[in-house]
Amino acid sequence: MVVEIRGPGIVPGCDGLILPGGESTTISRHLARTGVGEEIRAAAGSGVPVMATCAGLIVISEEIVEETRFVPLGLLKVRVGRNAFGSQKESFEADIEVKGFASPYRGVFIRAPAIVGWSRDVEVLAKIDDAAVAVRQSRLLGLAFHPELTADGRFHDIFLGMIREVKTDVGDRR
Amino acid sequence: MQLEELRFGTELLKRGFAKMQKGGVIMDVTTSEQAVIAEEAGAVAVMALQAVPADIRKMGGVARMADPKIIMEIIDTVSIPVMAKVRIGHFAEAQILEAIGVDMIDESEVLTPADEFHVDKARFTVPFVCGARNLGEALRRIKEGAAMIRTKGEAGTGDVREAVRHMRLICGTIRSLRGMNEEELLKVSRDIEADYDLVLECRQMQRLPVVNFAAGGIATPADASLMMQMGADGVFVGSGIFKSEKPEVMASAIVEAVNNYRDPKRMAEISRGLGDPMKGIDAGTLPEGEVLQTRGW
Repeated sequence: MVVEIRGPGIVPGCDGLILPGGESTTISRHLARTGVGEEIRAAAGSGVPVMATCAGLIVISEEIVEETRFVPLGLLKVRVGRNAFGSQKESFEADIEVKGFASPYRGVFIRAPAIVGWSRDVEVLAKIDDAAVAVRQSRLLGLAFHPELTADGRFHDIFLGMIREVKTDVGDRR
Repeated sequence: MQLEELRFGTELLKRGFAKMQKGGVIMDVTTSEQAVIAEEAGAVAVMALQAVPADIRKMGGVARMADPKIIMEIIDTVSIPVMAKVRIGHFAEAQILEAIGVDMIDESEVLTPADEFHVDKARFTVPFVCGARNLGEALRRIKEGAAMIRTKGEAGTGDVREAVRHMRLICGTIRSLRGMNEEELLKVSRDIEADYDLVLECRQMQRLPVVNFAAGGIATPADASLMMQMGADGVFVGSGIFKSEKPEVMASAIVEAVNNYRDPKRMAEISRGLGDPMKGIDAGTLPEGEVLQTRGW
């Protein structure tokens, strides 16, 4: 079941979390104001898989280039540049090569961020020039583009795979 | 990666940008100071203007695109998207706004119309939002390439009644398509002067194929909640914030209202102690010459 999270109390019951696109400044303020940000931090800390796209990626990052207005959640050990490709006029679609995918993936980049630095724990799945645009760190999936706007479900499959993995682990322990 | 492999300004990118604004509040601002207030309050975007609609009404004369200098200052100040208005049909103003890097253009009836034709929006890389009073207008604008629709309402009045009427008309007409056969749908498409395929799309999706915001007269958190409950995907607030007694407080309260519009208890807390909302004008008392919503077709 998919539930929408607009306030506190729902995150602790979830098997996986998606931080979607939107405006990162707006989302961060809302997460801080409602306490949902802390809930996400706690859930991710206990191994709940997280898929974060575009603004979501900025929100879970460790560091944002030239940002003083808000502090990101610091889950994913990456440094991101906001609107790295420019304003909406420079938003683009492009076929990108993704590690582990048999064919190119159509990425939809809308005022997209780019990952300009990452720690050794981070596996880069796709790049544009020198910047990473898809990364994985344990059960965190960070994407600079919008998989929800196309019919290609390969990144969703990775995310669902992570959730299944957790469920199996828990099952084994029992 | 080769630059030639990148595709810009596609329908998916334009409509996708609009989708990222869903569930948010877009605020009219005239200075970078106001833009900061809007961003701090949690706006998803700002609309950069020379004067808010209430002042445009008061000043009279020809209302045009804002000075690019003001818009560029605002772009440099905030990290959220910046939108700006052009006169209906004034594609040269739109070219200027696209050149300075505005994220979305509002082809707006609040400014004095320049043409009886609307801008051919499909030719632009930057996405457009347009006002509509009914389904026919909304679908004509979408056919021209609008990536987002907003109700026209009656801008600068602080009276929500016209926005409500327009939202009811758009949503009600879409609901009425549900039980219709092909002949009836063809007749609707002719009657409302809208593209047949878009009418079919609305029937099937039971909503507009693009994001649909409420605008024109929203002045309180309760107004915002009303519009969201009627089916708006988000709201534009024009004069309602910077013509109220405490703009910072009102701005945050309207953002909170859009986040909690279904929760009357939260709405009661949010609506408390906000100071005076904008005074406004009863939209029903406007003389014909001062009505903005009839501009465009």
